Amino acid sequence: MAAKSNLLNMVLCLFGVCLVCAAILGAVYVVTEDPILQASKKALEESIGKVLPQGGELGEAIESDGYLYYESVADGSVAAYAVKSTVIGFGGPLTLMVGVLPDGTVYNTSVLSHSETPGLGAKCTSDAGFMSQWKGFNGKLAVRKDGGDVDAITASTITSRAYTLAVSNAVEFVRSIASAADDSESEDEIVVAQAMENMEE
Amino acid sequence: MANKLTLITKGFIKDNPTFSLVLGMCPTLATTTSAMNGLEMGLATLFVLVLSNMAISAIAPIVPDKVHIPVYIVVIATFVTVLQLLMQAYVPAIYSTLGLFIPLIVVNCIVLGRAEAFANKNSVIDSALDGLGIGIGFTLSLTVIGLIREILGSGAAFGFKFIPGDGILAFVMAPGAFLVLGYLMVLFNKFLKK
Repeated sequence: MAAKSNLLNMVLCLFGVCLVCAAILGAVYVVTEDPILQASKKALEESIGKVLPQGGELGEAIESDGYLYYESVADGSVAAYAVKSTVIGFGGPLTLMVGVLPDGTVYNTSVLSHSETPGLGAKCTSDAGFMSQWKGFNGKLAVRKDGGDVDAITASTITSRAYTLAVSNAVEFVRSIASAADDSESEDEIVVAQAMENMEE
Repeated sequence: MANKLTLITKGFIKDNPTFSLVLGMCPTLATTTSAMNGLEMGLATLFVLVLSNMAISAIAPIVPDKVHIPVYIVVIATFVTVLQLLMQAYVPAIYSTLGLFIPLIVVNCIVLGRAEAFANKNSVIDSALDGLGIGIGFTLSLTVIGLIREILGSGAAFGFKFIPGDGILAFVMAPGAFLVLGYLMVLFNKFLKK
C-alpha cells in the first residue's frame, strides 16, 4: 500500500509523475501533430470539393467579416465561393461549408461539424431528401413552416432552421463581397476612362 | 489460472460497472444513442482503464498516501489525452461523434474507482486483467443500451436500417436513455445477478 506521507516525498512524487506524464504527452503530440493536421485538411478539402463546381482553381483561405471563405477562379473571374458558416443548432455549434455562386445561388452544402441529436437532427448529414434540395437552391431561405422553400427534416425543425440560417448567412455574405467586387471593378473602369480622356487631350 | 480468468469475467456480470456498480453514468446515458456510439465509447474507456490500472498499480507503492488522488488523476488524464490525440489523428470520424465525451473519461468514476478499489493493492498483471474485464463489461452494457435505443428510436441496428420510418423518437433523446437503463437494470438484477 501507499507510502507514509511527508513533505519531501509528496513533492518529489508529484514532480516525478508530472514530469513523466508531460514527457509522454509531448512525445505523443509530436508524433500525432502531422496526421491530425492532414486529417483536418483532408476533411476541409473534401467538403470544399463537394460544394464547388468542378474545374475552378481554388484560392487560399480568405478571412473577412468573421467568415472564412475560399474563391474558386475559372476563366479569370470568381466562379463560386465556398463559405464556412457557423450557427448554433439544437445540440451546439453547427458548421457548414456552403458553396455559393456570385449571383447568390446556392451551389451545394456540406456539414463540417455538428452536435445534433443522432437519429433526429443528425440526419442533416444523411437524409437524402434534405441534402439534395440544397443543390442549386434558389428559393426563399426559410423552412416551409416559416413560409420558405426549405423542406425540413421530419421532427427536426430546429436543426433545419439552424441549417437554413447558416446557408442564408453564407449567401448574404457572398452577396456583400460580390457587390463590393463589382463596385471596385466599376471604379477601375472610371479610372481607365479618365485616363483615356486625358490621353485624347 | 482460473483465478486470473475470474478477474476478467467478474467485470461482465458480478461487478458490471453499469448495472451492478452503477458507475460512469454520464457517458452511459449520453453516448448510447446508437449501438455503434456505445461500442466506441466503451472501447475508448477500456483502453484508458487497462493502461491506467497498470500504471497506477506499478507506482502505487511509492505514492505517498496524501497525494494519491492527484497522482492518479494526472496519470488517467495523461492516458485520456494520449487517446484523444491518437483518435484525432487516425480515426477523425469517430473522434467527431464522441468529441466531448473523450476528455470526460478523465472524470469517469469507473477509472478512478478501479484505481482506488483494485489497482493500488494488486499486481500489475492482475490490474490489467481487472481493467480489461471491467472495460469489456462497460463496453457490452453500453452497446446493449445503444442497440435497444437505436432499434426503438430509429428502427436500425449498428446503422443498418431494417424498419422503415422514424421509430419512437423519445428513445433517441435523453428520456429514452433513462428508460432503457432503468428497465435493463431491473432485468439484470432480477435474472443475472445472484
